[in-house]
Amino acid sequence: MTDPSTTRGSNDEFGMIHPVADPTDDSAVLRTEELLLNMGPQHPSTHGVLRVVLDLEGERILKATPHLGYLHRGTEKLAEGKTYQQIVTLTDRLDYVCAMTNNFAYVRTVEKLLGVTVPPRAEYVRTIVAELQRISGHLFWLGTQALDIGAMTVFFYTFREREILIELFEKLCGARLTYSYYSVGGVSNDLTPDIIAALRAFLKAFPAKIVEYNTLLETNRIWVARTKGVAVISAEDAVAYSLTGPTLRGSGVNYDVRKAEPYAAYGDVEWEVPLGKHGDTYDRYLIRVEEIRQSARIVSQCLDKLPDGPVSIDVPGITFPAKDRVMVDMESLIHHFKMACEGIRAPKGEVYCATEAPKGELGFYINSDGGNHPYRLKIRSPSFVHLGAFDHMARGYMIADIVTIFGTYDVVMGECDR
Amino acid sequence: MYPAPQDIQLRFPDAVIGIGEAFGELTVSVRKERIVEVCRALRDDPAWSFDFLSDVLAVDFPDAEERFEVIYHLYSIDKHHRVRLKARVREDDCRIESVTSVWAGANFMEREVYDLMGVEFLNHPDLRRILLTDEFDGFPLRKDYPTEGRGWRSTFEFLPTTDGPVA
Repeated sequence: MTDPSTTRGSNDEFGMIHPVADPTDDSAVLRTEELLLNMGPQHPSTHGVLRVVLDLEGERILKATPHLGYLHRGTEKLAEGKTYQQIVTLTDRLDYVCAMTNNFAYVRTVEKLLGVTVPPRAEYVRTIVAELQRISGHLFWLGTQALDIGAMTVFFYTFREREILIELFEKLCGARLTYSYYSVGGVSNDLTPDIIAALRAFLKAFPAKIVEYNTLLETNRIWVARTKGVAVISAEDAVAYSLTGPTLRGSGVNYDVRKAEPYAAYGDVEWEVPLGKHGDTYDRYLIRVEEIRQSARIVSQCLDKLPDGPVSIDVPGITFPAKDRVMVDMESLIHHFKMACEGIRAPKGEVYCATEAPKGELGFYINSDGGNHPYRLKIRSPSFVHLGAFDHMARGYMIADIVTIFGTYDVVMGECDR
Repeated sequence: MYPAPQDIQLRFPDAVIGIGEAFGELTVSVRKERIVEVCRALRDDPAWSFDFLSDVLAVDFPDAEERFEVIYHLYSIDKHHRVRLKARVREDDCRIESVTSVWAGANFMEREVYDLMGVEFLNHPDLRRILLTDEFDGFPLRKDYPTEGRGWRSTFEFLPTTDGPVA
């Protein structure tokens, strides 16, 4: 493990000096006493409800014990009683900051189980929407992380762009937060010409906005002092603790599910995986900003290459038939009725499918007994796994850093507690 | 992608019970007594180098002789391949060795399995409930745990029930 006390010395170039107590010098110590401090569950920085019990020596953290579960809704148990189509709406409620990536991860798993491939246009639309969700998720992180550690302005800038995206999503599928846009076999609505035009306008203006965020933060002495050298984790430890996403890549480990196991249209477009060097919060900030740029790059390439055709397969027993056919065609009415009553029947077997969500590897495991609902559904949520490394990464830092350390994972408790 | 299954079979002839390939995934069933040994070898052997533990979970099969199936999803960051390890646990001996000594990240994952499914992990550094409260009674992801009928809410007579209250 990297010793936090030495990495903090790297702040010298910004004129910030953090005195590190010499453990052998006890002349100044009058009385030492460990203090147990409870933080949360209702703390504004927790983005949900999380309680952390801190063992403190003065202001230094000796141990941090997270207590989870305040947002536990039993999603996995609920899923065992619902049909495959109905579960899509449950996945919206996991990571509600970028709900569509959860839909995506889930429907990919069901499609793997069913052996379904979706039409090319659906793959591209899925990629575009997933990357827009990544942008909006990272913008949310950037704004709130800055807000949590005292830089309020950034929040207003990032939420300005996030609002544009959310309005686009609303145009696309009618919802602003819980979309249920992806369905097994495709997506529910096609991109309309005016959405594509609005998207192109957004992508044209967006690079200048990213520069705006960076001017607020990149050389901001307070931001740099509070993120550089904080929440450091070495590459070996990051892998051992199963960290994923920007949290892992900040330590320089090149693992991105989109590159390692390309799905949707990620294999057809050019983009790069940004990697960090120091494994601290500042590197993760740079990575997330670069990922926003790369996502914009992916979206604009996908818009250029967008193939024609349907955005969903049309297979009785897997997708709902088109509404206009249901009204006139007896067969379609029957298929619709059977879908609504019985849902999809999946073959017997088990699959695990990993998807790169903005927070890391979001995996779904489905065990099917051949019925119309999963026998067992397991969600591998990156936020939950990341909090497993919280104690390891928080030890040795000051109590004021705890908000930064918590924010460094981009945790959303809805996904963590499920 | 997954590694060559016969290699794993050859390396652990007495620990591996069965090997299956389905949906492009490799599943290896091992004896529960050997799980740590197999995991450590899979992590350390450069031919496999499964350095990354994706997830730990358990599935309940109430009618089976060995009721619980503990499942480990492993991934290799260098080699880009995955494998699923399985070990069966009996209900009357509901414990298995913890793999936290192999992957530190297994700590929370195993706590979750213990919390929701009731499988105990031996030599786990901190085996407590994680998502539910410490006082919680029962293991909700077990198949015999009903979705309705427990707690204060089930005493409301005006609420319809679908799977019947539990005495």
